[in-house]
Amino acid sequence: MWVYEKKLQYPVKVSACNPMLAKFLIEQYGGADGELAAALRYLNQRYTIPDKVIGLLTDIGTEEFAHLEMIATMVYKLMKDATPDQIKAAGLAGHYADHGKDLFYHNAAGVPFTATYIQAKGDPITDLYEDIAAEEKARATYQWIINLSDDPDLNDGLRFLREREIIHSQRFREAVEILKEEQGKKKIF
Amino acid sequence: MSSHRRVWYPYVSPFDPCPPIKAKAYSTPPSLFLGYQPPNLEQFTPMEALKIGTLWKVFYDPWYSPYEVSTEEDQS
Repeated sequence: MWVYEKKLQYPVKVSACNPMLAKFLIEQYGGADGELAAALRYLNQRYTIPDKVIGLLTDIGTEEFAHLEMIATMVYKLMKDATPDQIKAAGLAGHYADHGKDLFYHNAAGVPFTATYIQAKGDPITDLYEDIAAEEKARATYQWIINLSDDPDLNDGLRFLREREIIHSQRFREAVEILKEEQGKKKIF
Repeated sequence: MSSHRRVWYPYVSPFDPCPPIKAKAYSTPPSLFLGYQPPNLEQFTPMEALKIGTLWKVFYDPWYSPYEVSTEEDQS
């Protein structure tokens, strides 16, 4: 069960209508290393992972949905007042023809989201290594979007999201360390 | 440049079609180096932490576009 708070994890500000940036950002919405893929991957793996790290997957998976909401708000704000000409110039005419100004789960190149983006291998180390890789890939994606973006307000939010990827990577690495330890061994801090 | 960037120098051909970028940098975030987070690390204030995205100073490693003027100084 979840409790919903009707606010964003971090305030989303956008300085200018810019459908081109929306097109890049949609990668983090419905792309292979996007927030949706992350949330679904972690929240699915947690049923069969050793119990010491279930809570971590629940927490991070939940936070990924908060990030998804931020990305959705960014894309919406960048797109909502764009004219058809601006949409055409941004290369989003195909999206507009199919979805209007709705968001859709596809990547920056328009490829629709698929469950094959995520994996559940039934082996805890394998799964956690995939999770670490996913966080690093999302971190890199944020870097490239920040490089492409000339919107300082938007970059502020993107930097927050990138920092969270670093923290998630750290926590997954710690989870691997927990699983590497001999079970039942007393650890004294 | 942050200590979490590494630089390398790819081969530059005399026949490169574009003006060569001589130094290439990549990110090596602090999460690669720490293992378990040790106890009693330095923290940001709660307000700073909410803004930055981490409570722990050791994990703060912001990314700025090379084409973007940094508005805040690196706080680490």
